[in-house]
Amino acid sequence: MSLYETQKLLYHLNREPKLKASFLEDHDAVLQEYSLTEEEAGAVRDHDIGLLYVLGVNGQILMHFAAMLGIAWGDYLQLMRDGVERHGPVRAGVYKLSGYEGVDAHDRALREKRNQKAKG
Amino acid sequence: MPLVYAGVCSHGPGITARSDQADPDTRDRFYGALRAMGDEIRASGAELLVVVAAEHFANFFMNNMPAFAMGMADAYEGPIEDPDWLKIAPVKVPGDAEASHSLISSVLESVDVAYAEEWKFDHGIMVPLHFLTPAYDLPVVPCNINCQGPPLTPLYRAWAFGEALRSACDSTPRNIALVGTGGISHWPATPDSGKINEPWDRTFMDRWVAQDKEALLSYSDADIYRDAGQGGFEIRTYIAAAAAAGGMGKIAFLEPIPIFATMGVVASKAVT
Ligand SMILES: [Fe+2]
Repeated sequence: MSLYETQKLLYHLNREPKLKASFLEDHDAVLQEYSLTEEEAGAVRDHDIGLLYVLGVNGQILMHFAAMLGIAWGDYLQLMRDGVERHGPVRAGVYKLSGYEGVDAHDRALREKRNQKAKG
Repeated sequence: MPLVYAGVCSHGPGITARSDQADPDTRDRFYGALRAMGDEIRASGAELLVVVAAEHFANFFMNNMPAFAMGMADAYEGPIEDPDWLKIAPVKVPGDAEASHSLISSVLESVDVAYAEEWKFDHGIMVPLHFLTPAYDLPVVPCNINCQGPPLTPLYRAWAFGEALRSACDSTPRNIALVGTGGISHWPATPDSGKINEPWDRTFMDRWVAQDKEALLSYSDADIYRDAGQGGFEIRTYIAAAAAAGGMGKIAFLEPIPIFATMGVVASKAVT
């Protein structure tokens, strides 16, 4: 799982016009610079918004990748829905449907700390 | 009285990008309320605008994510999004590095804040400024609370940050306005974009108006995620604004606008 790397690539594409130009010219040349799994690289190469969403890419990063590819807003939302339909629930990141990865633990820790503070 | 104005408003790229798809009457009343907020800020005599925002991986990424950050530059560029997509023209927004420096120094006495001498504004700041200061003639001090990449700072720390900003403002002779900006409940950029939990939002804003600190800080992240979506984490900006202001609030606009993927919110606070 290299969700971090996938998001890093898309984040860089969103903010670096030169990288964006290179990417549009030759996807693979840019993909080589990042350590993505085959599945992740394939999703980026194929502009597979649905799979990228399922892999856990944050929408605040993904929506700009979609806009860069000229995908209209309504189509972008539909592609994510189709992705969940085809590939199953989101596997990682903020939208992991089984809850919110990390947040329960985070929340529990905060409660404990607060209780401790109240006691002590 | 160096803090002369405090308020909050919602943001979202759809507010400008998808303007033509919104119900015209609701949209225009929302825009009107935002512009009126700009008028109030100008009328307050503010010389500086502190914007407490929650950006979206424009400057801060998971390689080095600050819980709190403040800008310290004489100018900021924006928007980082495609201007044609956001429908906001590229602009250089004035900052004030010296004023930032003094505010940051003061905030650091109680909250560890990162500073940034370079900051490209995303829609979280550009959309509010587009309406509040359309001439971009008020120097801005941008502040960010990480509301996107967990782990997130606890709500009571967002409150502490607001209090730190207030005492920082009080330690300068300049008149300062402060605006917090974020969604309330929303599921932006996801398949649930457009979903809004209006009752949850109204309860939250009741607490905000009443300056009910305990109720404002009582939400857990799990509660927020369940009831208000990942966009709801941005209540941290409203909480910081409440802590900075100290007084009761007044709602100018509070209506759901689903195509904007958020509630339209415009509200101000008594600075006490
Ligand atoms: Fe936001």
